[in-house]
Amino acid sequence: MNSVGKYFSDIFYGLKSLWKGLMVTGYYFVHPKQIVTQQYPENRKELKMFDRFKGEVILKHDENNFHHCNGCGICQLNCPNGSIEIITDSVPNEDGKAERIIDKHIYHLSMCTFCGLCVKSCPSNALAFSQEFEHAVFDRNKLTKVLNQPGSRIKKEPKEPNAPKPAIDTVPKSNPAN
Amino acid sequence: MPFNIYDFSGTTKAIDQFLYAKMAPTWAFITELAIVGIIILLFYAVIGLYLVYLERKVCAFMQNRVGPNRVGKWGLFQTIADLIKLLMKELITIRKADKLLFNVAPFIVIIASFMAIAAIPFAKGLHAVDFNIGVFYMMAVSSIGVIGILLAGWSSNSKYSLIGAMRSGAQVVSYELSVGLALLSVVIFSGSMQLSTIVESQANGWWIFKGHIPAIISFIIFLIASTAEINRGPFDLAEAESELTAGFHTEYSGIRFAFFFLGEYMNMFIVASLAATVFLGGWMPLHIGNLQGFNHVMDFIPPIFWYFGKTIFIMYLIMWFKWTFPRLRIDQLLTLEWKYLLPINLVNILIISFIVLMGWYIK
Repeated sequence: MNSVGKYFSDIFYGLKSLWKGLMVTGYYFVHPKQIVTQQYPENRKELKMFDRFKGEVILKHDENNFHHCNGCGICQLNCPNGSIEIITDSVPNEDGKAERIIDKHIYHLSMCTFCGLCVKSCPSNALAFSQEFEHAVFDRNKLTKVLNQPGSRIKKEPKEPNAPKPAIDTVPKSNPAN
Repeated sequence: MPFNIYDFSGTTKAIDQFLYAKMAPTWAFITELAIVGIIILLFYAVIGLYLVYLERKVCAFMQNRVGPNRVGKWGLFQTIADLIKLLMKELITIRKADKLLFNVAPFIVIIASFMAIAAIPFAKGLHAVDFNIGVFYMMAVSSIGVIGILLAGWSSNSKYSLIGAMRSGAQVVSYELSVGLALLSVVIFSGSMQLSTIVESQANGWWIFKGHIPAIISFIIFLIASTAEINRGPFDLAEAESELTAGFHTEYSGIRFAFFFLGEYMNMFIVASLAATVFLGGWMPLHIGNLQGFNHVMDFIPPIFWYFGKTIFIMYLIMWFKWTFPRLRIDQLLTLEWKYLLPINLVNILIISFIVLMGWYIK
């Protein structure tokens, strides 16, 4: 008797679970508003990329053309494919001592795998990912970029021990990868 | 020439008389054959192409996607573009394959579904042949297709193809029983195997309503078993992309592959139209008993629309199954047939015979 009961309960529960699945796909079928596909070239104007999207590496600049990079070269050391080159310069500061500043932060987009190690390892939190993704160009030399803008300078921290770093927001939202 | 969208028998008779008046009987007969052949061929190609499109759209909506939407408005010409691509592809000949059987196999699959289309009543007086054993003929013809699949698997000289073909053989031979018994239930109800008589017998209500619960059970069994018989998901073990690359048509390319693909979709159409004809009244409008007013309103919709509406509904059900249910293993597949569907079906047939004997169904 037990096995007969199991036979019929198997049929019943089988049909019930199949019906549950049918309801899920049936719900999606009659709700086309739930479609998640982005139709890219048409929605180019209103397309908003997600905060965590890794478009390309940028050096954050504020509105007064200040950045946080002191040219330490840690990003260059951490880059697994050598797509970052740091060229530093030495200038005397107000105390008369020679100080290292960044001359050119060269970034080869063509070699970058977007691993994010440079952004993670930057001690001054100067690098970030932008949401730009239309990288196609006709000349590959255009993929080699100088990240620090011309005339930009390092933003001097106020000389307080353990002061929190001021956030510079050229990127709309802070990157969780930082 | 009388043309009536509600009854095509006048039109076909007029064409017949016109041809016999103009030519010798032999030539008239041959001309008729040619006309019917060309019409069915065109119908076959168009339906096959747009079924693929329909399937892709339905699948996309069920998975929260958009589906093909680039070629033409709403992607309507996508499958035509695919066909042109397939036509231009190279036909790769397999070394050590059985050349003759390898080339013949896709045509056997196509011919099987092509022959089945001939017996389908599309509207009143609109079918190529009206056998008095129509249901039996449909079953016999549609089981020829499996020979094509077995030949394709054997002649390809590839292990994937052979395993796929053997699975397909086991599957089709098993599930044909359930399909036959499910159809037999309606044959018992209507007392005829002729498809046109079965349709006429549903003038006061479709068999799925008139036959109470047993008819519904046999309709569900027919849907399950016929989905298995046409090798569609969740019973697509003959193709089994995940473990057999593509099953029996692994070694086929270009237009020969397209024939298998087309045959698969046409089989779905045939199964759906058979289910619509037998259980849902075919081209017969929805009539409820003696409600004269309601029946009269329903009669205004031409039968051909009723037929295609019901067929598309059943095809939608089959697609819904494919894109929802998980696939079965080969042993689960045979368990489902031999331990569940077949015993239930046999008991169902007994109950139906008893109901018909006592006259308990809605007459």
